[in-house]
Amino acid sequence: MSTKSYQAGVKEYRDKYWTPDYAPLDTDLLACFKVTGQPEVPREEVAAAVAAESSTGTWSTVWSELLTDLEYYKGRAYRIEEVPGDTESFYAFVAYPIDLFEEGSVVNVLTSLVGNVFGFKALKHLRLEDIRFPIAYIKTCGGPPAGIQVERDRLNKYGRPMLGATIKPKLGLSAKNYGRAVYECLRGGLDMTKDDENVNSQPFMRWRDRFEFVGEAIQKAQQETGERKGHYLNVTAATPEEMYKRAEFAKEVGSPIMMHDFLTGGFTANTGLANWCRENGMLLHIHRAMHAVIDRHPKHGIHFRVLAKCLRLSGGDHLHTGTVVGKLEGDRNSTLGFVDQLRESFVPEDRSRGVFFDQDWGSLPGVFAVASGGIHVWHMPALVTIFGDDSMLQFGGGTQGHPWGNAAGAAANRVACEASVKARNEGREIEKESRDILTEAARTSPELAIAMETWKEIKFEFETVDKLDVG
Amino acid sequence: MPTDMGNFETTQTLETFGFLPKMDQNEIQAQVAYILANGWSPAIEHEHPSRAVDTYWTMWKLPFFGETDLGHVMAELEACHRQFPDHHVRLTGYDNYTQSQGSCFVVFEGRS
Repeated sequence: MSTKSYQAGVKEYRDKYWTPDYAPLDTDLLACFKVTGQPEVPREEVAAAVAAESSTGTWSTVWSELLTDLEYYKGRAYRIEEVPGDTESFYAFVAYPIDLFEEGSVVNVLTSLVGNVFGFKALKHLRLEDIRFPIAYIKTCGGPPAGIQVERDRLNKYGRPMLGATIKPKLGLSAKNYGRAVYECLRGGLDMTKDDENVNSQPFMRWRDRFEFVGEAIQKAQQETGERKGHYLNVTAATPEEMYKRAEFAKEVGSPIMMHDFLTGGFTANTGLANWCRENGMLLHIHRAMHAVIDRHPKHGIHFRVLAKCLRLSGGDHLHTGTVVGKLEGDRNSTLGFVDQLRESFVPEDRSRGVFFDQDWGSLPGVFAVASGGIHVWHMPALVTIFGDDSMLQFGGGTQGHPWGNAAGAAANRVACEASVKARNEGREIEKESRDILTEAARTSPELAIAMETWKEIKFEFETVDKLDVG
Repeated sequence: MPTDMGNFETTQTLETFGFLPKMDQNEIQAQVAYILANGWSPAIEHEHPSRAVDTYWTMWKLPFFGETDLGHVMAELEACHRQFPDHHVRLTGYDNYTQSQGSCFVVFEGRS
C-alpha cells in the first residue's frame, strides 16, 4: 500500500533514520560507531546520517525511493551513548536489516558499513568499534579452512601453545640459504616457521625456488625429530591466478600450511583462498599488514576487533593479534577481547574488553591467536598466561639471534615454553614466578641459559596509543 | 682450540614436554592432577618407538571416563609400562567440550 507522495528536496536524516524506540531484531546486523561530529550538528542528526549513508540513504530525496519499501531496508540509528572520558565524541548504535547484505560476503558488509560514510563532511572522525553479526549471517560464511581443533589433530600438538619464527633477514636471502634457516629452526624444536610478509617472489628469491627448498627442509626436520613440522609459504601475489598457482605448489611440496596477507591482498582473495584451502586440506596462516593504518587512531578507522571478526568469517586458521608485551602496539584487555572473538563460540558483551555486543559464533571453527614481534624467552611465561594454549607464539629475532644459531635458539624457546606450561599445570603463578621457572629450566638447557643472558635487558615499554575508552 | 660455542644436535623428541628432563613421580602426578581438575578424561596409549610418528597408538583399555582418583591413573600407567617396557606410553586428557586433547605427553619412553 502506497500512501506517500513524492516531494523533492533535502530532508533531515533524523526524520527517517533516528529511531530511538526501535528494538533490534535477532537477525539484524548491529554496529557501534565512535562518532566525532562537527560541533554545530546535533548528535541525533549525525547518528542518523551515519545510518543513512551506510545503508539506503543519499543526500537528496529521489522519486524512485517510492518504488520500494525503504522502511524495510533502511539502517536505523537506535541508541546514542557517551564515550567515557571524552566529551567530543559519542557512540552511535546502528541496526541494519540482514537483507542489505549478500550472503557469505564480508566484502559486501564492509563496503556498506565503512564505505562513503567515512568521508562524510558532517563528521570530523568516524570509527567502527564493533559489529554484531547475526548467527543467521554467520551461517552463510565458510570461516576457517580447518580451525583450532582440526589443526591440532593434523599436527599432533596438544596442551601447549605452538611455537614459530619468521625467517630473517626478511629480505635478501637466496632460496637455498633461506631453506637452511628454516631447517635449523625446525630441527631445533619449533613447530613451524613463517615467510616474512614482504617475501613474495622477488628477484633475489623466486617463489618456486623457495617452496622447493623449504619443502625439503620440512621433510628432513620431520624425519629427524619425529615431530610434525610446517612452514607458512606466503602465497600472497599480485593476482588471484598467481596466488592459486602458488597455493597448488605449496601443497605439492608437502607443507601442511600456507599464508596470506588479508588486508593488502583483500577480502575477496582471502575468502577465495580460504575456500581453496578447505577443499585441499591445507591450513591457512593470516598476516595483517596495513592493519595499523586502519585501526590505530582512537577516533578514526576500524577497530582491529572488527577486522578480526571479519577474518574469522572470511577464513583463516591463524591470525596475528599483537603480543601485548613485545615491540608492537597492543593493550592487554583490548587484545584479550578480540582474541576471544577468534577462538570462542560465544562472547558476551564486556565493555572492559571493548566488546560492545554479545556475539554468537555458532559452529564456526576457532582461529589460533598469533603473537609475534619483539618477543623472546623472558616473555614466555607472560605469553603463556595471556594467550593460553590455543596460540602460536613466534620468535623471529628471539630464535635466530641466539649466539649459537637458529637450532639452539629454537630449543631455548621450546624449553622455556614447556617449562612454563608444566609449571602452570602444577598450579604455579607463572607470570609472577617467571624468573624462577626459567632459571630452573635453564639448569638442564644450556641453550636457554645463553638465550636468557643474551636478551635479559631488552624491554619495549611505551604507552599504548589506542587505549580502551574508560573514564 | 675450538670455540666455546655450543653445538645443538638434533634428537628424536616426542612433542609436548619432549624438551624437558624426564619427569619424576611427583611431577607426573601433578600433570595427572591437572587433567582431572579440568574434568578431562585420562586415557593411556602405547606404541613401539619405531611407529611413534603414527597418529594412532594402541589404546591401553578404554579412556578412564569419570575417573577422579589420581592413584588409579598412576597405577594404570605403571601397569601399561610394565607390560610394554619397550614401548612409549603416553597420557592424554580428552576434552569432550572442544573435542580435542587438553593435554597429551609421553610419560615413559620405550627402550630402543
